[in-house]
Amino acid sequence: MLYREAGDFKTSYRDDGQTFPIRLDRWGYYAILAVAFLVVPLVIDSYWANAVLVPFLIYAIAAIGLNILTGYAGQVSLGTGGFMAVGAYAVYKLMTAFPGVPIVLLIVVAGVITAIVGVLFGLPSLRIKGFYLAVATLAAQFFLVWLFNKVPWFYNYSASGQINAPERTMFGWAITGPATTAPAKYLTCLIFAVVLAWVARNLTRGTVGRKWMAIRDMDIAAEIIGVNPLTAKLSAFAVSSFFIGIAGALLFSVYLGAAEASEAFGINKSFLVLFMIIIGGLGSIFGSFAGAAFLVLLPVLLKNVLVAQLGWPTDLAAHIELMIVGALIIFFLIVEPHGLARLWQLTKEKLRLWPFPH
Amino acid sequence: MKLKLATVALGAIMAAAPAMADLVVPNLSYRTGPYGASGTQYADGFNDYFTLLNERDGGIGGEKVRTPECETAYNTEKGVECYESTKGSGALVYNPLSTGITYQLIPKIAADKIPLYTPGYGRTSAKNGKVFEWVFNAPANYWDGASVAIKYLLDENGGDLNGKKIALVYHNSAYGKEPIRTLQDLSKKHGFTLVELPIDPPGQEQKSQWLQIRRDKPDYVIMYGWGVMNQTAIQEAANIRFPMENMIGIWWSGSEIDVVPVGAAANGYKALTFHGVGTDYPVYQDMQKYVVEPGKASQGGQHVGSVLYSRGMYAAVVIAEAIKKAQELAGTSQITAAQLRDGFEALDITPERLTEIGLPDFGPEIKLSCDNHGGSGMARVQQWDAAAKKWNLITDFTEPDQEILAPLIAEDSEAYAKEAGITPRC
Repeated sequence: MLYREAGDFKTSYRDDGQTFPIRLDRWGYYAILAVAFLVVPLVIDSYWANAVLVPFLIYAIAAIGLNILTGYAGQVSLGTGGFMAVGAYAVYKLMTAFPGVPIVLLIVVAGVITAIVGVLFGLPSLRIKGFYLAVATLAAQFFLVWLFNKVPWFYNYSASGQINAPERTMFGWAITGPATTAPAKYLTCLIFAVVLAWVARNLTRGTVGRKWMAIRDMDIAAEIIGVNPLTAKLSAFAVSSFFIGIAGALLFSVYLGAAEASEAFGINKSFLVLFMIIIGGLGSIFGSFAGAAFLVLLPVLLKNVLVAQLGWPTDLAAHIELMIVGALIIFFLIVEPHGLARLWQLTKEKLRLWPFPH
Repeated sequence: MKLKLATVALGAIMAAAPAMADLVVPNLSYRTGPYGASGTQYADGFNDYFTLLNERDGGIGGEKVRTPECETAYNTEKGVECYESTKGSGALVYNPLSTGITYQLIPKIAADKIPLYTPGYGRTSAKNGKVFEWVFNAPANYWDGASVAIKYLLDENGGDLNGKKIALVYHNSAYGKEPIRTLQDLSKKHGFTLVELPIDPPGQEQKSQWLQIRRDKPDYVIMYGWGVMNQTAIQEAANIRFPMENMIGIWWSGSEIDVVPVGAAANGYKALTFHGVGTDYPVYQDMQKYVVEPGKASQGGQHVGSVLYSRGMYAAVVIAEAIKKAQELAGTSQITAAQLRDGFEALDITPERLTEIGLPDFGPEIKLSCDNHGGSGMARVQQWDAAAKKWNLITDFTEPDQEILAPLIAEDSEAYAKEAGITPRC
């Protein structure tokens, strides 16, 4: 019903190759963007911004980053938390060193710094792959967190080793610090998420992305047909770390406002983002958003239903919540091992063939 | 997209939380995770004291107190979520029992104008009320603890620690790092050597640190641990036969659950405390009569009288006193968060008042002012008696070395004021 395609013909390759080839899909996408940019900022309050939408957008950026590396280029990584920490500490050092520079610029520079660090830790990928690479990136995770805990220069010699985001502005609007309004926080993260998702989508369907996918599917065959594994793998690490660095910078500066390396960027962060892309769908930009939504919004939703609505004790609710989220992860992976993105795609196909799907 | 629709629909339900005209003191507790065992007892004590006030006195100034709980799991992101979800309900004060969450909340509560009460934890330099207008950390803070521990050791050694070696075993987080600077300054002043041994949270892995202690043979060990780290550390100390009476924990390393698992080997272990121990205080009889026996206790009252339960209760006592003070000052029983801040600043819990509450000699006198948000910083030392399974207080309230602490607090709070663009008041 929803996806009648009658009359939706393509007459050029350009039309056929677009991101949303079905007209209704395209309109839906524009409608969602319009709501996200024009309606939500007017109605958002600080609970929705700080507890729901801002973390969702930030984790979606991190998930896109990891998806580029693991989903598109096939390089398994457990270093996400460490790279997010690089983004956070880079933006902190930049914020305190250059107070006058617009914060959005500093966040982008923090992403570039993370990209450089990511390439350094991506070097082992030229020799090793699979589980061995996962262990090498795990080393990056532990090393980076240890470094930010150990060297006082990174946290400006503060007594406790915590970093605090001072107030920084963009066009006169506070983007970080306690005076930031909910719409400002939300819009900053939304703009980053939309622009980065657009960049990622277009990178992955162009030459660069095809090289990544060739390496992922069979590196030796890719090399024979002329893909340079060195540039392909290192560019995947660079782009992926850039995204993850920006997510880390936003997490620290816009969302939390203070962070501690081992608590905010521990190994759990790496697993969380990895679960997001596995559940959302490897090699899919929509999947990154779906996975982030699943793992960020569902626990908040369950907490609100179990504690606020049903009045359960908080500890019981917390344990039940873990069990429900865990069970749902297993359920989704059994029903559709390719994640929510594939599930969504199948639903769409069935709708298009309605009433006789096969 | 479907998922989004579903969340929006359910979100509409959760936004419709009921608003009641009570005094709301949210309890940002944690009963799960590696610190859950400790957090549970504290949260119970906190809830039960307000239940006692509601049942026995009909609340504070005729207003019932509500303590809606929110589970943080000691996780900063969940802590932020809890803060945002409860602050709209008329929350008067926050007490998150986590240094990490405290650091997140300090800028937020200043913008939202809600006091933050962090007894014995949180940001130490928040003692300077000139910079931290909304934060209170009386009666003692981490640096007070470090100084009182050293003072105790000075007393034991006839006032001389020259040439001694003291190891600091600490939770490698903002919390554990807090005392380092104080201890470094104290080591310069008293001439002892300081060995710093970080333990990564949550702290089950500490074999290598204790091997180093066995090799270095420090005279004393000071421990800043929390949750599972404490039991592990005390067990490891027993394993290397480190003399227990030479090991002093901060108050967060001095509860029953830290020593009971080690059994007889933990006998003689010492820890700081800023309040009394045991149930020999009149308030516990009321607690039994009005809260536990009618079945109104949090979790059925299974932890009543434990160290962490008493600490949670003590935090509730101070908050209740501040509310009472604020009601007097404002002339109304329905106070706002901003009025409660004034109540905190005018707080004066004298020994006589403590006796009236039913807690004679339980804590030090707490007298706060515009520039002093941290009180006197006095603490005592307690020692574990493994045979009797109880803590015994072995010193009186001792004053920390303000000569060392005051400049450190001024320096750290000024750095924060500069960073955050705050003009000191008072």
